[in-house]
Amino acid sequence: MSTAQIPLIFERGQAGRSQSRLPVSGAPGAEIPPALARRCAPRLPQLSEVEVARHYSALERRAFGVNNGFYPLGSCTMKYNPRLNEDVAALPGFTQVHPLQPAHTVQGCLAALRQAETMLCDITGMDAMTFQPAAGAHGEWTGLLLIKAYHRARGNSARTKMLVPDSAHGTNPASAAMAGYTVVNIPSNAQGGVDLDALRAAAGPDTAGLMLTNPNTLGLFDPNIQEITDIVHSAGGLCYYDGANLNAIMGVARPGDMGFDVVHLNLHKTFSTPHGGGGPGSGPTGLKNFLRPYLPGPIPVEGPDGLAWQPAGAESIGRVKGFYGNFLVVVKALAYLYTLGREGVPQAAAHAVLNANYLMRRIAHLFPPAYDAPCMHEFVCTLAQLKKEHGVSAMDVAKAMIDAGMHPPTMYFPLIVHEALMFEPTETETRETLDEVADALAHIHAQALADPNALRAAPRTTPIGRPDDVAAARAPRVRYPRPESEARP
Amino acid sequence: MNIPATLRYTKSHEWVEALPEGIISVGLTDYAQHELGDIVFVNLPQIGDPVAAGERFADVESVKAVSDVYSPISGVVQAINEALLTDPAAINADPYGAWLIRVSGVALPADLLDAAAYQAEIGED
Repeated sequence: MSTAQIPLIFERGQAGRSQSRLPVSGAPGAEIPPALARRCAPRLPQLSEVEVARHYSALERRAFGVNNGFYPLGSCTMKYNPRLNEDVAALPGFTQVHPLQPAHTVQGCLAALRQAETMLCDITGMDAMTFQPAAGAHGEWTGLLLIKAYHRARGNSARTKMLVPDSAHGTNPASAAMAGYTVVNIPSNAQGGVDLDALRAAAGPDTAGLMLTNPNTLGLFDPNIQEITDIVHSAGGLCYYDGANLNAIMGVARPGDMGFDVVHLNLHKTFSTPHGGGGPGSGPTGLKNFLRPYLPGPIPVEGPDGLAWQPAGAESIGRVKGFYGNFLVVVKALAYLYTLGREGVPQAAAHAVLNANYLMRRIAHLFPPAYDAPCMHEFVCTLAQLKKEHGVSAMDVAKAMIDAGMHPPTMYFPLIVHEALMFEPTETETRETLDEVADALAHIHAQALADPNALRAAPRTTPIGRPDDVAAARAPRVRYPRPESEARP
Repeated sequence: MNIPATLRYTKSHEWVEALPEGIISVGLTDYAQHELGDIVFVNLPQIGDPVAAGERFADVESVKAVSDVYSPISGVVQAINEALLTDPAAINADPYGAWLIRVSGVALPADLLDAAAYQAEIGED
């Protein structure tokens, strides 16, 4: 790979160069009030089509995706997405449609939404689902608004606190704050689960609910889950299931049966729709029947003349996104579900768990797991001892993995584990790949002991070594500065 | 690890210093800044805001994570260290000089840790 710096697209091209010649418009020009008219032309890049194609192809060669190699980013479920899903989502019946077209002309699209809802409710143990949320955090926020509407409808305004375990994804407290809740942090117990005594002490008449990821970000299934949801329900709160880690249990155990009232899913994680490239995602929110009055609308329902859009009810929290969400992502998830079927969904979960345990055990003697118990779909290692004894950090090991042709795992998360590396191989990796990864990690570990400075210099094979995260955070440069030589008109 | 004997500490890694006239200064310990890594952003309360013992009053963002800072005391914010808003790195450079807030109207609670107890808490030798 060339390590030469790729210019910004703004730095390429020449004035007057363009990609297509539009015919002269016969329409009369519109008058723009002078106060609103811009004073100088926008500085848009001016490139030929082939220049644009080569520019983005050059950038693409520097990117790393699941098609390039092992991609174990924990809590992200970077599974391989079968191409069949793309074919289905590209069918003209799904793409050559307009969201405002009459329902009787898009029956197939409405049926796809209904079928996806039915299957995903079956997998989660929920009664209804909205596909409007565009991503996971959006689904969380929508779910919290449902909880808020429930308490409000019962005339209860004292429930202002949302309980969130300290192993939660950062989006949980953020979504709770966005929904107007005060976040109460619940510590973990020695086994990595929720500390029940702390939960009991925190739950009370001011509790709106609990947000929980199960299995959690340590890759551990909380064996006390029934007691956890009971404690929250007894205090009058509702239980919210963060579906980020559903891949470990899909088709095997259902959040609805564990006592959860609301869930969100990440179709772009669990249900094999691509993510990591900026979207689009899909974070549908599922709910139990008693929350149905608050569901965003419109909702596709069976009517006398086929499927029709039913407007939201009077108590609805309202729309959370334009139209019906990222519809084609739902179509991809539906194609995935039909491909796997009722037997394949739990098999995929079982393989994800098996792969994670296999890799964890293969590297445990070098990179010990933070909690020495069988894991679910992901596991967290702690490199605290390696750091202390050899001065090699989780960051150094992660960077060395890049030179070995792998994407690094999630680093320094969850925060309760020191020098954390969090691996999620997913079900789509073969045993051969897992063995190669374990061997590569053993090689890196040996290097950490023999020549730690070499690891601190990794990565060596990339155009950019280690970006200066601190400088980037303290003084971010997020827009292209017009060169001095280009005078503003 | 620098743990001045003149200060008192919390298990959540804040330091507390009693100043004259019942003013109490609160900051982050050397251990905390070391664990957080390079701090890139600090969010402070406003002067006049109430703070409550055990509840968060500020947050600090490092390259690794955003962390809440918990108040060791209950009282009213009398001053904030505005210099940190533009120079959060001062917490890394001089954790015991870079106070976050000063709180008035409270006595130092008895349950704070002294330097030896804090040292034992973080397990550093």
